[in-house]
Amino acid sequence: MRAGELLALLGPSGSGKTTLLRVIAGLELPDRGRIIFGGDDATRLPVQERAVGFVFQHYALFKHMSVAENIAYGLNARKRPGRPDKAEIKRRVGDLLDLIKLSGFADRYPSQLSGGQRQRVALARALAVEPRVLLLDEPFGALDAQVRKDLRRWLREIHDRTGQTTIFVTHDQDEALELSDRVAVLDKGRLAQVGTPDEVQEAPASATVLKFLGDTIEVEAIAEGGRVFVNGRPTPVAAPPGLVGPVKLYARPWQLRFAEPEHAHVEGVVRTSYRTQGRQRIEVDRAEGKTVVVEAANSARLAAGRPVGLQIVGGHVFAD
Amino acid sequence: MSEAAALPRVSPQPAVATEGRPVRWVLTALAIGFLALFLVLPLITVFAQAFAKGWDAYRAAFDEPDARSAIRLTLTVAAIAVPFNLVFGVAASWAIAKFEFVGKNLLVTLIDLPFSVSPVVSGLIYVLLFGAQGLLGPWLLANDIQIIFALPGIVLATIFVTFPFVARQLIPLMQEQGNAEEEAALTLGASGWHVFRTVTLPNIRWALLYSVLLCNARAMGEFGAVAVVSGHIRGLTNTIPLHVEILYNEYNFVASFAVASVLASLALVTLVIKSGLEWRYSDELAAGARRH
Repeated sequence: MRAGELLALLGPSGSGKTTLLRVIAGLELPDRGRIIFGGDDATRLPVQERAVGFVFQHYALFKHMSVAENIAYGLNARKRPGRPDKAEIKRRVGDLLDLIKLSGFADRYPSQLSGGQRQRVALARALAVEPRVLLLDEPFGALDAQVRKDLRRWLREIHDRTGQTTIFVTHDQDEALELSDRVAVLDKGRLAQVGTPDEVQEAPASATVLKFLGDTIEVEAIAEGGRVFVNGRPTPVAAPPGLVGPVKLYARPWQLRFAEPEHAHVEGVVRTSYRTQGRQRIEVDRAEGKTVVVEAANSARLAAGRPVGLQIVGGHVFAD
Repeated sequence: MSEAAALPRVSPQPAVATEGRPVRWVLTALAIGFLALFLVLPLITVFAQAFAKGWDAYRAAFDEPDARSAIRLTLTVAAIAVPFNLVFGVAASWAIAKFEFVGKNLLVTLIDLPFSVSPVVSGLIYVLLFGAQGLLGPWLLANDIQIIFALPGIVLATIFVTFPFVARQLIPLMQEQGNAEEEAALTLGASGWHVFRTVTLPNIRWALLYSVLLCNARAMGEFGAVAVVSGHIRGLTNTIPLHVEILYNEYNFVASFAVASVLASLALVTLVIKSGLEWRYSDELAAGARRH
């Protein structure tokens, strides 16, 4: 983890991402391993001394305190010498309220705010103590799609402005890829890959990472001489050096193209086709019974039952 | 057309689930009749008997030194037992709701124990433990410590009988609230005690007040357990309920009911405050009520 970066912990539910975040925060103890902050071992440091800001999925705002009191909580909780005086706290709370664009809401109570507003207050509360690292546990998980998108963009802006080192947990690939500087993909409690969004998408470390990052089509293939063949026909996908024999080829829906039968790697009949966000998605039933999803930018709607051939124009093959 | 008229009227229950009008009338009348006979009528009788010979006779019942001593003792016992159970109840609920530990289920069962044991039996246990012929009796006697037939015994018996009240009200509420707010406060740098004072306690304050109220009413009104350990020494170990019984047995009805009316008034005040709390803070109290 680098100072000042926005790191996304991405993984399916149960992959251990929230647990990892809570271990970093000091809310849970690790079975083994160490937590190191800027060179200091923080593994045994109690949660209060770790200087982390934690934002919970369900906000965890103090119900009986106003927005301003919530934000000031961390500052008021400090012991005497380190505690800022009343005027200073008031000023800091005012600045944070400006930052989260809730200036007129200082005296409201959490129950009077919408979900998005509550989460912004939770963020301001965490930022108020000037944490070394900001930890966000599925911060947008409880919000509806539109609010989630707005908050995502807004969080990115805040991060760009404050340069606050941030780790956030999500199971939403789009969210991780859009928002973060680097993505850490977790699989069953293990770190499967860390890299920039471009790196993990262009060169996924394993089939699990690839499958988790988006819709994936699996096709049986043969690797030979550094190339991959499907249905006896060569594909543009390169096989890892030394890999020979039957393999699985993984492709994205947009890495398939309709083709004449003599060029087709895969054949089947159209099950259904529909338009989503400007792209046509066609589900094709293959002869062996599997269904593949094809995505095409400007394709016409295809009638169900129509036979089609598909050509693979890209994809990945993994050694294991 | 107004907005309200445009909306279909929603009846609180689907029609198939409600009984016919006559059945509802009969059931309601039965319930009200039962309440009147077993609750309202006795209450009226208490006050009617207390004032049967006028205000002066009523007042005279409280001028008696034994009556004053009984009231003083009851207040003293409640003043010790209620704070004790408040602290114990909060501590136990906190431990049970927020932490996982071995023996948790056993502790929950033990907290419920006084509700299932007859008060007389719980009083007897203390006599068997601390009485002259009891387990610790000789040692206590040798050290000149008197528990049975004295204030300590009455306090102990009262604490035993009333200790589920606070914990049973708070445990479900605290379990429902979870740990998130406390965890948030900890990450913000607050110490454990600061978190308890500024986050945990405010979240349970109304449920706490409610349970303390019930605990107090029971502590002042407890008869069975206290009767066994007190020894009925007039002017010394008689609480209000015991004093009422003695007066009644001596056919001193006016004085008996006059003193009883103090307890009845306490019950009424408790009821009013309790209803006020229920009306005002129904959300917070609901978690506890579901268990009762």
